[in-house]
Amino acid sequence: MSEALLTAQTSGTDTVVPGASGARQFWRRLRAQRAALVAAAVVALLVLLALAAPLLTAIEGQDPTAYHPSLIDSARGGVPVGSLGGISGEHWLGVEPQTGRDLFARLVYGARVSLGVALAATVVQVTIGVVVGVAAALGSRWVDQLLSRITDIIVALPLMIMALALLAIVPSTFPRPVLVALVIGLIAWGNIAKIVRAQTLTLKGLDYVSASRLSGWGTWQVARRELLPGLAAPVITYSALLVPQNITVEAALSFLGVGVKPPTPSWGQMLTAADVWYQAAPQYLLLPAGALFVTVLALTVLGDGVRTALDPRAASRLRVGTGRKREARADAAEPKGGTS
Amino acid sequence: MTGFVGFALRRALGMVITLFAISVIVYVVFYVTPGNVAQITCGPRCSPAQVHQVAEQLHLDDPLYVRYWHFLQGLFAGQDYSTGTAVQHCSAPCLGLSYQSDQQVTQLILAKLPVSLSLVFGAMVVWLVLGVGTGVLSAWRRGRLSERLLTGITLAGVATPVFVIGLVLLIVVCGELELLPFPQYVALTDDPEQWAWNLLLPWLSLALIEAAAFARLTRASMLETLAEDHIRTFRAYGVGERSIIGRHALRGAFAPVIALNANNFGGAVGGAVLTETLFGLPGIGQELVHAVNVVDLPVVVGMVLVIGFFVVVANAVADVLYAVADRRVVLT
Repeated sequence: MSEALLTAQTSGTDTVVPGASGARQFWRRLRAQRAALVAAAVVALLVLLALAAPLLTAIEGQDPTAYHPSLIDSARGGVPVGSLGGISGEHWLGVEPQTGRDLFARLVYGARVSLGVALAATVVQVTIGVVVGVAAALGSRWVDQLLSRITDIIVALPLMIMALALLAIVPSTFPRPVLVALVIGLIAWGNIAKIVRAQTLTLKGLDYVSASRLSGWGTWQVARRELLPGLAAPVITYSALLVPQNITVEAALSFLGVGVKPPTPSWGQMLTAADVWYQAAPQYLLLPAGALFVTVLALTVLGDGVRTALDPRAASRLRVGTGRKREARADAAEPKGGTS
Repeated sequence: MTGFVGFALRRALGMVITLFAISVIVYVVFYVTPGNVAQITCGPRCSPAQVHQVAEQLHLDDPLYVRYWHFLQGLFAGQDYSTGTAVQHCSAPCLGLSYQSDQQVTQLILAKLPVSLSLVFGAMVVWLVLGVGTGVLSAWRRGRLSERLLTGITLAGVATPVFVIGLVLLIVVCGELELLPFPQYVALTDDPEQWAWNLLLPWLSLALIEAAAFARLTRASMLETLAEDHIRTFRAYGVGERSIIGRHALRGAFAPVIALNANNFGGAVGGAVLTETLFGLPGIGQELVHAVNVVDLPVVVGMVLVIGFFVVVANAVADVLYAVADRRVVLT
């Protein structure tokens, strides 16, 4: 949902051309924001959890798909044996009602699916968006017209509805997480293409780009060596906000039962299964819900921080009277010159 | 004003072209699926004879553009379907026949549409009031504790998926506190009071996440306006803070809010699918999920087209409203 917000705000953004010290400056500005730093740490932890899922579950001695009927009290309708939903030394976060599968293992493997699908979808979106946006801005009038119309149509397609429908018709033999990432990526690249086109048009008119064109560089050389670095800031900003959005979409699709299919664990899918068990095994519901909330929140805060760090002018306009002196000091402490 | 009328007309034409393109894309994508389209459309329990009949009715032997032409004909002029013995007339706008449920797709959608419209437009009122209200409040209280609190709450709102909010509301309000019964759709025409009570939770779950986005946007736009020179001039003339916030700064947020409302409409429709499924509301979202699960192609195609229609029209209307709200917009 933050997508429109961003379009509304970045469309009027001044061109920021990063200089040689762009990366260092970016880190300094990001570091100045406490919330963004905390969010970055949380995201790093989540990525680590996801990457280390096989290791962690090996330490725990469990795997995400094994059933444990002995831990289930079938006389009481399938609730886990023991207190707190079966939390024990073997099962750190308890077990699933009915099946007895280990919740910790499912949660960390679910993180792999969530983050993996969202990242892969973002890569697809950004790749298509950058190629289409740059091609529209640099191509002939006719190419621009065609690509811009296609982009308009893509933007008009409701993502959830199209994804839902597309997932219905692809044969179930296709690996599901890859499919979900592809479907999200192939439908929702319109906004990034629009941003890239607008930014490329702005950059194209700048003196240094004209100079390299006049010195006889080909279109592709200009695009690769002069334009892509200038596109980095808006593209990174927008991608940072696409990731949490894609996580939500994946979870929603899995929640509806058309995304990632069992036995592959996914947070959205766990929520569907858990809602009838909220009284008997509350953590079965709270864990995936909490994981989703924390992940999306951390990624959103980080995305906001990245935007502030990359576009300080827009950020300082919004800082009027909000008392964010830390950020203001960080900006003031920057050495003059070098950029823009 | 001729410039404006021309702009509105061009926008309407663009809308028609987009709708046409969407119908082509959707038709091609869904009817050129791998596998036997007639078998998929007819359903898994169909006999070979029935499958053959479906293949004939869908003109599957004809080239794709001819099939699409037949589809368009049905849409604008109606079509006849023979279902074994009887001939069924499907009047325009005919979106085809669901062989699996033996119903016309248009009828199916029309029956479910009031539920979805009640949900989405009701929620829209909630998110606009709540979102813009919160945004104004936090722009007014900027720099104070209450603003920080509001900013934190809206951030949490942005990060909570619709189905998580819905699930929590359902469990807490209906399950634990028993403040409300589990929602059950009552038509507006039957009992307006019950209609609103039963839709209260679905409205809230769909609206909270959107409201958070609007609160952020309203606050940002207002702060931007507050930094402008003319506001300083107003202050110098002694215009009160209440009037500056309520009349002058709020005006700056007007156009972006309209733009965001259109832009998020598609997303909200997606959220409505989740809300309907979660609360068991018999709307087109729930029907779409069902059709997707049983792979009822005509219904899926019809639903996607109808929803796409609403989203495209909403976008076009918003563009025109935007031009009215902000005269600085270049009318091209």
